[in-house]
Amino acid sequence: MVPRWSLGAPMNDSAVVMRAEDVHKRFGRLEVLKGVSMDVRRGETVCVIGPSGSGKTTFIRCVNHLEKIDAGRIEVNGTLIGYREHKGKLVEDSERSIAKQRTHVGMVFQRFNLFPHKTALENVTEAPVQVLGASKEKASAEALELLARVGLADKCETYPGKLSGGQQQRVAIARALAMKPALMLFDEPTSALDPEVTGEVLSVMEELAHDGMTMIVVTHEMGFARHAADRVVMMDGGVIIEEGTPEHFFVAPSHERTKQFLSKIL
Amino acid sequence: MLAAFEWHILWQRIFHPDHAFALALWRTVYIAVLAQLLGVILGLVAALMRASRLWVLRVLSNAYTLIFRGTPVIVQIFYVYYGANLLLGVTVIPNDVNFGVFQMSGAAFAGILALGINEGAYMREIVRAGIDAIDRGQMEAARSLGMTSGLAMRRIVLPQAARVIVPPLGNEFNNMLKTTSLLAFIGLTELFQDAEIHYSQTFKPVEYFTAVAFWYLVLTTIWSLIQARIERKLGASDRADDIPFRERVYAAWSPVGAWARR
Repeated sequence: MVPRWSLGAPMNDSAVVMRAEDVHKRFGRLEVLKGVSMDVRRGETVCVIGPSGSGKTTFIRCVNHLEKIDAGRIEVNGTLIGYREHKGKLVEDSERSIAKQRTHVGMVFQRFNLFPHKTALENVTEAPVQVLGASKEKASAEALELLARVGLADKCETYPGKLSGGQQQRVAIARALAMKPALMLFDEPTSALDPEVTGEVLSVMEELAHDGMTMIVVTHEMGFARHAADRVVMMDGGVIIEEGTPEHFFVAPSHERTKQFLSKIL
Repeated sequence: MLAAFEWHILWQRIFHPDHAFALALWRTVYIAVLAQLLGVILGLVAALMRASRLWVLRVLSNAYTLIFRGTPVIVQIFYVYYGANLLLGVTVIPNDVNFGVFQMSGAAFAGILALGINEGAYMREIVRAGIDAIDRGQMEAARSLGMTSGLAMRRIVLPQAARVIVPPLGNEFNNMLKTTSLLAFIGLTELFQDAEIHYSQTFKPVEYFTAVAFWYLVLTTIWSLIQARIERKLGASDRADDIPFRERVYAAWSPVGAWARR
């Protein structure tokens, strides 16, 4: 699959797909993100770990502007997400252009959020047809390919209600991939699954990572972080407290808080 | 004293209705259907306005519901029939409305408008409840795929909300069938007015209005059978989603459609 952006879209720094600079976010009086900065390079898989309430889910929701941010900036492929610059200040963009920006960023949710009134195939073809204006035939052909890729070629005509959690999440991955995004966000994709089916979802994600997809994965699956991540980022209290390679993290973490956290869940 | 009850009048009104009666029955039905249709459209628009980001639309939607749920239908009917042309300064309610093959009196037209607008205020709440019943994650997933909220509403949320909306919608239509009787007060000869004409000539109110009650009961019974069938078909969806919602709605209506095509 060739991501759409690779066909000559302008970029400041060709290797950086996602750049977050000093992102702040508050819900009322609670400051959830207190200045998060992160660069994700093309083909990189970054796992974001940390205790609940550390702001990791909020952060990736900001990356496709499902949440507004209060300060800082987020760029995908050099394009500002959710805002445009006006007289040196950032003002929120129009709904239409935010929607357009989101087509470059795929998202997989903890609770799948498949469309229950549509078959697996229709779930995958919906956005390419309705948003990108693809023909039904072309979208269906590509959707079949994607469903085969996640091991569900035989479930095309099945409604989500008849699929297991693991199967639903794999359809959700196919649905996001159908937009040929430059970046994929995963929000705890296996947290709502039975333990015996997390493996099938994780292996699909691992394969995706090996195929060179750029991914940010919020997860508690340390096994996945160890195998598939190029970089692990530890968040706590709304800031990134440590980042490094999986080897660094799981062998010799430097931060005291990281040691504590890992000792609890490993 | 039951002995004074003239049964033959009742039997005649039930078994040998005259042409004027058939016309009155037909008016009741088409006015109820068209008013309900208008109500659903207005309710949908008002529900979407209520969810808008623009405060003006939200305020308008709220004011609409407040006014039309807060004042009597009969007052609204009079207002539309007598007041629309006067207050707006243009002919909203003509003497006769002619849609080519289909003609109706100004009173019928005013009745459809008034009942439809009133119904819209109630439908807004029903549609809103239907939309609220859909998990927020559906909207988020749609938006994360690059849909605008309008497109997501049309393609993702409303088709699912329809399932929640249909049962109370059925109740509303049952009500609508009976509420059309108020249009007698603006001189429309529908079921109720038809009976009133006869009773004023014969002074046999009980006989004539028993017959009217019977015919309303027939209408609402037919409707409740249709409604039950629709709901059964839709209810099946929660257990098994093998048939798309759209096809299930068609299936639920198929006997009506077959009858109408005959």
